[in-house]
Order: sequence, then C-alpha cells, then structure tokens
Amino acid sequence: MLKIYNDGKRMTAAIYGDIDHHAARELRAAMDEAISRSRPELLVIDMENVGFTDSSGIGLILGRTRAVEAYGGSVLIKNARPDIAAVISVSGLSGLLVKGANSTKGVNV
Amino acid sequence: MKKDIINESTISFPALSRNESFARSAAAAFAAQTDPTVAEIAAVKTAVSEAVTNSIVHGYRDSSGTVTLVLRLYSDGTLYIAVKDRGSGIADIPQAMQPMFSTAPAEEERSGLGFTVMESFMDRVQVRSTLGKGTTVVMEKRMRSREKCLVGR
Ligand SMILES: Nc1ncnc2c1ncn2[C@@H]1O[C@H](COP(=O)(O)OP(=O)(O)OP(=O)(O)O)[C@@H](O)[C@H]1O
Ligand SMILES: [Mg+2]
Repeated sequence: MLKIYNDGKRMTAAIYGDIDHHAARELRAAMDEAISRSRPELLVIDMENVGFTDSSGIGLILGRTRAVEAYGGSVLIKNARPDIAAVISVSGLSGLLVKGANSTKGVNV
Repeated sequence: MKKDIINESTISFPALSRNESFARSAAAAFAAQTDPTVAEIAAVKTAVSEAVTNSIVHGYRDSSGTVTLVLRLYSDGTLYIAVKDRGSGIADIPQAMQPMFSTAPAEEERSGLGFTVMESFMDRVQVRSTLGKGTTVVMEKRMRSREKCLVGR
C-alpha cells in the first residue's frame, strides 16, 4: 500500500508492507501516477513501514528515480531499517538513504 | 563435512507471484528453530524471495509449473536451501550471475541484481541449469546462533 503526502514541491511516498515482485506492480503504478500529477522537485520515499524488500524494491526505486530525474527532480529514501538498507546498498543506491528519526528502531521479523 | 541432517522440509507450489511471500515466510519459519538473529532471518527471506521470484518470472515466463523449496538444517548449524523449477533453464550461468545482467524486458524493471543479492546474504550460492529442463539454486548459510547453542551444550 502507498500513501502520498504533498508539501509544496516535496512529495512523500510512504510505502506499507512487503516490497516484492508481486507487490511492486501496484506500487509502481500508484507512484508513477502521483509523480506525473505533481512533478515534485523532491520525492521522499518513506520506508518506515516496509518490513521486507528484495531486488524488486531496487527496481522500483531505480525506475522512480529515473522518472523524477528526467525532469530535474531528485529522490531520497528515509527510515529504511538496517536489513532493508542492506538490500538497497547492493545496488549502489545507498547514496539516496538518509537517516530519519526512526532509523535506529528495532526490526520486526 | 556437514554432519547429519537434523530437520528437513519440502514445499511445492504453483508458480504464482502471490506465493513469493508464502515461500519466504515458510523459509523464515523453518529457520526459526536455529534461534536466528534479525539479520539472519532477513537474509534467508531475501535470498529465498530472489530465487523463487526468478523461477516464477524467468523460469516459467512462457509456461506454468511448480516451484519446489527444500529446506534442511544440518547438525553443524548450516541451513541448506534449494529452489527448483522445471522451466526454461539458463543458457549461460556465469553471465546470468553477473551484476546487472537481466533478460527481462526493460518495462518489467528487473535490476539484474537478484543473484548478487543472494550471494551477498548467503555463504554459498550454486546454480545448476539445463536449457529447456529447468534450474536449481542451492544456497547455504551457517546460522551463528545455532553454532553458539551447539557449543553451549
Ligand atoms: N530460474 C530461472 N530460470 C531461467 N532463467 C533464470 C532463472 N533465474 C535467473 N535466470 C536468468 O538470470 C538472469 C539474472 O537473474 P537475477 O535474479 O540476477 O536478475 P533479474 O531477475 O533479471 O533481476 P532482479 O532479480 O534484480 O529483479 C535473469 O534475468 C534470467 O535471465
Ligand atoms: Mg531476479
């Protein structure tokens, strides 16, 4: 599931649940719709409520980053738990990760 | 060597994307008997999700079929995972395992990092594949907490 918050030129996309191949299709469509509607200068992907990701999450982030950078915007990822950040780091996208208020919170198995 | 098998489970399911979460949850439940750390459980779930998704997305791209997940625990604390399909097979395994190599069409947004993720989270990843016959991915991880608990006995 996805929740979108617009705040001026910044858009926060909060993802809920697991990101895998099954879930990515809907997330991708919902994020692309929100991006093309608001064309945010900064897209913040909030991963606080993501309990799992695999390389499908990497594809999702890469695809949205391309879409936003295509018109000069940029992307940051916040609140990724350590195990989620570890997967994202495999792709070399760790530069997008910012430490949020919840970044040291324990991980739910 | 790896000593004895102390527990084993085999699960088969149709190659449907909704079974990706079922497969990794089953693997996590099996791994729970090793009293794993949060990082170990996350590693096992991620690696299983990658291999099962590959069978569904690539192996059975043009067909339907069954994916089999074999889970084994050895007495030295090694968790063994095999993911098997009878799908298309892989033409060139070393090439397939290279970071960012993908045969999926661009619009599917596969990053070509599935094998790289498996290798970064598991101690051993071995791929056997025959074109037209199918693919088996065998992975192993030494569960540290199990090791500790055996030593403590
Ligand atoms: N079970 C399989 N059957 C047939 N081909 C496979 C199988 N597993 C992997 N492959 C081949 O190996 C390639 C690389 O797999 P890998 O998981 O590394 O990347 P990907 O699946 O393409 O992308 P990602 O996993 O990052 O979404 C695939 O694109 C596919 O060509
Ligand atoms: Mg893959």
